[in-house]
Amino acid sequence: MSSRGWPLWEVFVRARRGLSHVHAGSLHAPDAEMALRNARDLYTRRGEGVSIWVVRASDIEASTPDERDAFFDPAADKIYRHPTFYDVPEGVHHL
Amino acid sequence: MNTSLFGYTLALADDALVSAQRMGWWISRAPELEEDVALANIGLDQLGQARLLLGYAGELEGEGRTEDDLAYLRDDREFRNVQLVERPMTDFGVAMARLLVFATYQLHLYRSLTVSDDARLAAVAAKAVKEVTYHVDHASRWVLRLGDGTDESHRRMQAALDAEWPFVDELFTPCHPSLGGRVTDPSALREPTLTDVSRVIAQATLTVPAVSPALGGGREGLHTEHLGFLLAEMQHLHRSHPGATW
Repeated sequence: MSSRGWPLWEVFVRARRGLSHVHAGSLHAPDAEMALRNARDLYTRRGEGVSIWVVRASDIEASTPDERDAFFDPAADKIYRHPTFYDVPEGVHHL
Repeated sequence: MNTSLFGYTLALADDALVSAQRMGWWISRAPELEEDVALANIGLDQLGQARLLLGYAGELEGEGRTEDDLAYLRDDREFRNVQLVERPMTDFGVAMARLLVFATYQLHLYRSLTVSDDARLAAVAAKAVKEVTYHVDHASRWVLRLGDGTDESHRRMQAALDAEWPFVDELFTPCHPSLGGRVTDPSALREPTLTDVSRVIAQATLTVPAVSPALGGGREGLHTEHLGFLLAEMQHLHRSHPGATW
């Protein structure tokens, strides 16, 4: 049996309730159902997750390195966007 | 006094142990790395069941034999597994056909053992039910895809079912009547197991083979010539280096 042509899938695992799904890695599978099951075997075998998403890698629209300047540099000199200009009241531990 | 419960437990353990060894053959040989891992996981689940059952069987026997003694220091005539699981499984269609039958049988077996009067068997079964539920799922999905796939995959999946089917019947060999409410009589598992398997086969556009059962006898220690070779590989290290540990 040749597996050539099995598409690539990206795997997102939610570690526990309340957290977001986080990218865990990728895998090959013939279809979405099998991708989900392969993800279960590859990425949750040590009890890492309570929920899995799989997305066909070709369905992901990703930013490219060429776009880096236009995408990310304008944010670099806008320090007022960081919450660093507040005085933290004494006695507040979890701000 | 527990001789027959010992034999019953040993039979379940040997089914799982020998199947695990066959499943391990697939590591590095499956169609894709992902499937290697899936089959290895399934094999390891079965090995875990075998270890718990062998340990308990050793206690029931009361002669001080450990799980390792039972796994590594018995010859083929002392093994009680069905012939279904001992035969070579080097075709992916055969592997999925066999897993579908065996895991479905195990699912019904373990489900009914969860309410056994024997607390140890009930505990092992409760853990195993979740594992074999996944094994059934995995095998079913592949049988569906291969059966209802290309002409070639359909032909090979049907050939695999035809090859396994004579050995299905042995799974349902009745056990000793004196065991009463402590165990599940395998003959009671025939109907639910075959109903489930037949449903998957039909959905996969395949046909339930109409063949006569093989001679059987695994539960009495009568095996095909293949078990000896499997045991030679599985037991070699332990017998060459008694007491070896990691």
